[in-house]
Amino acid sequence: MKKTTLVTGVILLSAMVAVSGCNKKTRKDGPTVDTDSVTTSGTGTEFGPDGQPLGEWQGGEGAAGAAGDLLSQTRIYFEYDSSSLTAEGQAIIEAHAGFLNGNSVSVVLEGHADERGTREYNLALGERRAMAAADVLMALGIDSSRIETVSYGEENPIAEGHDESAWSMNRRVEIRYGN
Amino acid sequence: MLKKILILTALLTAMLATPARAVLTIEITQGIEAGIPIAVVPFAWQGTPMQDDRMADIIQADLNRSGRFESIPRQDFLSRPSDIRQVKYKDWRLLKAEALVVGQAKEISPGKFNVQFQLIDVFKGKQLAGYRYTVSARQLRKLSHQISDIIYHKLTGEKGAFNTRIAYITREKAGNKKRYLLKVADSDGYKPRTILESPQPLMSPAWSPDASKLAYVSFEKRRSMIFVQRLNDGKREKIASFKGINSAPAFSPDGRKLAFVTSKDGNPEIYVYDFATRAIKRLTRHHGIDTEPSWMPGSNRLVFTSDRSGQPQVYQMNADGSGVSRLTYKGKYNARPSVSDDGRLLVMISRGSGRYHVAVMDMRTKEVTRLTDTLLDESPSFAPNGRMVLYATEQQGKGVLAAVSADGKIHQTIKFLQGDVREPAWSPYLRR
Repeated sequence: MKKTTLVTGVILLSAMVAVSGCNKKTRKDGPTVDTDSVTTSGTGTEFGPDGQPLGEWQGGEGAAGAAGDLLSQTRIYFEYDSSSLTAEGQAIIEAHAGFLNGNSVSVVLEGHADERGTREYNLALGERRAMAAADVLMALGIDSSRIETVSYGEENPIAEGHDESAWSMNRRVEIRYGN
Repeated sequence: MLKKILILTALLTAMLATPARAVLTIEITQGIEAGIPIAVVPFAWQGTPMQDDRMADIIQADLNRSGRFESIPRQDFLSRPSDIRQVKYKDWRLLKAEALVVGQAKEISPGKFNVQFQLIDVFKGKQLAGYRYTVSARQLRKLSHQISDIIYHKLTGEKGAFNTRIAYITREKAGNKKRYLLKVADSDGYKPRTILESPQPLMSPAWSPDASKLAYVSFEKRRSMIFVQRLNDGKREKIASFKGINSAPAFSPDGRKLAFVTSKDGNPEIYVYDFATRAIKRLTRHHGIDTEPSWMPGSNRLVFTSDRSGQPQVYQMNADGSGVSRLTYKGKYNARPSVSDDGRLLVMISRGSGRYHVAVMDMRTKEVTRLTDTLLDESPSFAPNGRMVLYATEQQGKGVLAAVSADGKIHQTIKFLQGDVREPAWSPYLRR
């Protein structure tokens, strides 16, 4: 788990660096982005391509800045019992397609569902969400061999509550980079 | 509230309908039944007492849980016989007991017991059943469940399902670490033992018809795979690890096949694995989600969940995939079907007013009855005699197991001290 987190963080960092047009060397000791829980881990702070902390970064009008902001987002969220991408989700996936087009890495799309309904159906629903994201990547020219879809159904919630605020966090696809 | 009124009505009806006449064998008819008043006398005990529970306690708890009996409180007992020859029938008629259970246990050598019990018809003043056993101390609990099964059968005419097991998954958290455990316990939740432990999710335990194996889904390799594991030695076999999801295993009642779901061909479809030939055969062909297969008695047909109509609904089909027909039409979410061993009832999860509850459908009339009123019910599973449904629900933010009688009258929860408990599966009858 730790390793994936680190790899994701490093790749993400390099993605940000790439987008903002600086050097492409990845830094192994760079800050990590915690992809496992809602709260940021103690080992690093998430930041945007301009070096500002993400929470406070307002973003510029520039294309690079906007893409970087989207690229820093590795979760897309869904409506209840739906695998249709929201406009925001679509934009985030498109930004990642842009990154994949410029970098020979592979991507894992990990689909999740909220806890409502049956577990086996939710496993299928999680996969359908991951596939919806994969479809966008493929439509934008990413070869299917570079995309892996995985579903965890409702088994790996990031928010543990039993209300809509938790459920809306858990209906998601996580975008993780491999190599 | 309504439920209380119903039970009260049931009691009144029963009292009016059964005056002094002995009606000990109840036939299942339509309408409301009340529990049979039964007195379970603590067994006379010679030797080291049982460590955890007394036999009479286990038997009494079993009978009460079934909803078919009402045990008379022990503090009301006027005498404590341990053999039919000691019974003063007046004492028990006064308490309106219809049935009486007496017994005794004697330690004949260290850790070895002679146990006998008698089931007595109080009104007729005669023995309905009487058995003697020689068992080891650690078999006393199992024997208690077997005695419960005999009592249940004698008095209701139906097979008891107390001497059975349940499988379930628990999730425990210690700090940031999670661990998932596949466990098997007695039907009353006692004697839990861990079958498998994993830091990654475990799902969908399913019993083989001889109760010797469990199929389940494990994410130990970071994606879903299906395994079948023997309970006696823990030996396991990987059945499905195709690209995409591998889920929802279900043994055929004849034990020859395992229905399961994989999306290896693009989206979730139902397949059947043949244990003898190791071949798999695809049953469904639809771009929607097809999942949660469950066999009907006889191994010739299956029920399953599909969202081919736009939302999850329950369908049935032949074991070769032909003859697909939709079974549920009421509501927008009906899923996770399973059919009772007698083929009469189908239990499923249905959504109504934003709640996910357990519902049963009469397979003949297609009439649907809601059994529970909780928010997030899951994984309903029939007892092998079809009288109770075990399911998972949530209480105070924690996963617990619960059971409801198939008529919706009796509700109970089984709480565990540790962790979130989910996905119960009731075993078939044990072969002793």
